Amino acid sequence: MGRSKTKGAKEIDASSMADIAFLLLIFFLVTTTIDQDKGIIHKLPTWSEEPPPDDVRINDRELLEILVNANNQLLVEQDYVELEDLKDIVTKHLDNRGRLPQYSTSPQEAVISLKNDRGTNYGTYIEIQNSLKAGYSEVRNKYALALTGGSMNYKELDDCADNEDLDASKRNTCLGLKKKVQGEYPMKISEAEPVNLGGN
Amino acid sequence: MSRFSKDSGKKETPAISTASLPDIIFMLLFFFMVVTVMRETNPILKIKIPQATELSKIELKESVAYILIGTPTDVNTYGSAPRIQLNDSYAEVENVQFFIKKSYAEVPDAYKGIFTVSLKVDEEVTMGIVTDVKQELRKADALKINYAANRKVLEE
Repeated sequence: MGRSKTKGAKEIDASSMADIAFLLLIFFLVTTTIDQDKGIIHKLPTWSEEPPPDDVRINDRELLEILVNANNQLLVEQDYVELEDLKDIVTKHLDNRGRLPQYSTSPQEAVISLKNDRGTNYGTYIEIQNSLKAGYSEVRNKYALALTGGSMNYKELDDCADNEDLDASKRNTCLGLKKKVQGEYPMKISEAEPVNLGGN
Repeated sequence: MSRFSKDSGKKETPAISTASLPDIIFMLLFFFMVVTVMRETNPILKIKIPQATELSKIELKESVAYILIGTPTDVNTYGSAPRIQLNDSYAEVENVQFFIKKSYAEVPDAYKGIFTVSLKVDEEVTMGIVTDVKQELRKADALKINYAANRKVLEE
């Protein structure tokens, strides 16, 4: 008793602190996942009971028809095409402006139609969706760079329009430019009602 | 020189101080707490989500409902045909509509406008089941969807 009085309050032993922290760390490593909430955003058409009217035909020239069968093979405008070439075809179709007879007359009119089989692989489907989106972003980027004199691409315009740290006037300029790019190259991807295209 | 070595030889080498070890571990702990999220569902399906380049990030988890499609991990009990997982259990295509409506009702009012359905689908699954789910989503009027994908590692 007397000894402890003379020595003063003892220091708390902190050597087990590391063990406790390790335990917590391992607990969190096991129960959590690194977040991966990324993906390709897509908009579905609204549901209607009656089938779409037949007379709404888009000019064949404006329509880029993509078919995928159960063997994950692509048919673009009746031609067999490799997946890697799809993006270039999309950009050609969008930015054709009436030059080649098989592609669109103007980007505003251009429509891409995608039809897949029930047996198509989901991985292939996503790669196609990705190629279509990539094609659109390529032409949009090009146009955005031309509008801003090479300083901003479409993605940067989009970020700038949503960035709340910037002042309102700058944001509005970005938003205006973004709208202009979207107006020039509207994304029109139409997915047909599911059918069986065969292939196996 | 000789005196120097004698001096050091006399003393014992001091033990490495571990006083800062808890601090280091805590730092790691906080890092993991910040960058990770709690696992919400039990893995009852094997899902390898595809890779893509044109990715958008979903900012608000509160406004998202998840539909998982993949092959069951327990093949012996549930077979190898692709199944749908809603919350923590297997479901059929017919259950999707109700699940989506329920999830939508649970979303805070402020986020209802950006309600998104995230489809986490295994890349080996065929489109048939995915198309069925998409038709159900259209019926449930949940039109904004997200095909979950990882960033593609460039080959070149």
